[in-house]
Amino acid sequence: MKKYSAFALVKEAFNNHLGWGRAWRHAQPKKRYKVIIVGAGGHGLATAYYLGKNFGIRDVAVIEKGWLGGGNTGRNTTIIRSNYLQEESAAIYEKSRSLYETLSQELNYNIMFSPRGVMMLCQTEHELRAMKRTYYANRLFGVQTEMVSPMRMKEMIPIINTDGPRYPILGGLWQPRGGTARHDAVAWGYARAISSWGADIIENCEVTGIVREASKVASIQTTKGSIDCEKLCFVVAGSSSLLAELAGFRLPLESVALQALVSEPIKPVMDCVVMANTVHGYMSQSDKGEMVIGGGADGCNNYSQRGSFQHIEETVRALIETFPIISRLRQLRQWGGIVDMTGDRSPIISKTPVENIFLNCGWGTGGFKAIPGSGWATAELVAHGNPGKLAAPFSLARFVEGRMIDESIAAAVAH
Amino acid sequence: MLRFKCPVCNTVADETELSPGGEAHIERMGPGSSDDAFYKYLFERKNPLGIHFERWFHAYGCGKWFHAARCTKTMEIFGTYKAQEIKPPKHIIDAITKKRPNWKNE
Repeated sequence: MKKYSAFALVKEAFNNHLGWGRAWRHAQPKKRYKVIIVGAGGHGLATAYYLGKNFGIRDVAVIEKGWLGGGNTGRNTTIIRSNYLQEESAAIYEKSRSLYETLSQELNYNIMFSPRGVMMLCQTEHELRAMKRTYYANRLFGVQTEMVSPMRMKEMIPIINTDGPRYPILGGLWQPRGGTARHDAVAWGYARAISSWGADIIENCEVTGIVREASKVASIQTTKGSIDCEKLCFVVAGSSSLLAELAGFRLPLESVALQALVSEPIKPVMDCVVMANTVHGYMSQSDKGEMVIGGGADGCNNYSQRGSFQHIEETVRALIETFPIISRLRQLRQWGGIVDMTGDRSPIISKTPVENIFLNCGWGTGGFKAIPGSGWATAELVAHGNPGKLAAPFSLARFVEGRMIDESIAAAVAH
Repeated sequence: MLRFKCPVCNTVADETELSPGGEAHIERMGPGSSDDAFYKYLFERKNPLGIHFERWFHAYGCGKWFHAARCTKTMEIFGTYKAQEIKPPKHIIDAITKKRPNWKNE
């Protein structure tokens, strides 16, 4: 791996930039790996990275049916925050946020982490009460947040309209250390790191079958042939139910479409992330100047990676009242991703009915922020065969035991 | 936008008139059932890529629930039928197999 530095940049400048090389190798599958991770998105690559870094397991293949980071990792609105209500969630999301802070240096790859602050708007009395409760919970868990009055918010975000008739702003929950990062770079940075120590990243390779011996999985069938493994880990978000079906079990998941859009670029108008949960509108301004807007999830099962027009319309209609300045912006592009929703809106990091298959899924609409923490916890689970402290509450068994980690009530919406 | 024919009021309804209600034909488990059966009833879902039998609520119409058969990949709707049916009726199965000869109802 070539180290990226100012010195390397100067050196390459005299070499017409011909010597950089590929960031990661395009590998073909070997006959056997210790661990196979299905899904080369952020979570899958992070799992491979922490398996190598924390546990020295580097005989790993990450296989991907499409291209690296082409699923939800490349389709989200890149928001990073950890102001969750439940203790279990706060632990893993805060771990994740703190790993993001030093990830660029650690990976020697600029993920453009920008801790610009995240403002969650309170637009109903109910939401104001819920956010105050979250704020108190955050203080108890050591997550730094504060409540902000409408007047103070107007000073912080001058383009906001705090006294709209339908969605007035009654307050806000401000997490100063939240922010955004470059989503593709997170996947690319992890890929480059694991590839440098010999892990194989195999793109365009779809899993078509899972071969079991007694209670264990022995090998997987793929479009690039059969591969043996000691341990198998599914990190495939919206396609989790399909892989589980191949392995012979079912999951408490439903796959739905979640959409986002960006406007044409404009001059800087807003230097933080704003989340309007009541109206399902999430907005920040990218470094290029585009307003990046995330919408709400559709209600019906969907694998098409395209969402419905009416949900985008609802989001934009509501945001225009709160941000009148965006009313005449044109939409540059719009896209959808397939997210896997659990009943309690919390993820699953768990063992499965098959002894050596592990599962990381169910991040629903909020997976990007969790990438490093999720990879950290999943690597621990795969390496030891048992979950560590971070992952333990997120087991599949919680649904049987009624031990929900209820973030749907906490956020009052999908988040 | 999806458009369903409501089998109760016989009008063609836009998706905005309806609320999705998730997977259909889930067997209800009562207080006497095992934890595992209750978990399956409450949480476990088929979530298929392809034909999905699902419930819809005609919220801004006649206010009744009904069933639909829809493909989750192409969004094609194969037909709707009443909420009282405990499994997909023959004309729905026929409509699906006519277009998808290899499809199996599992």
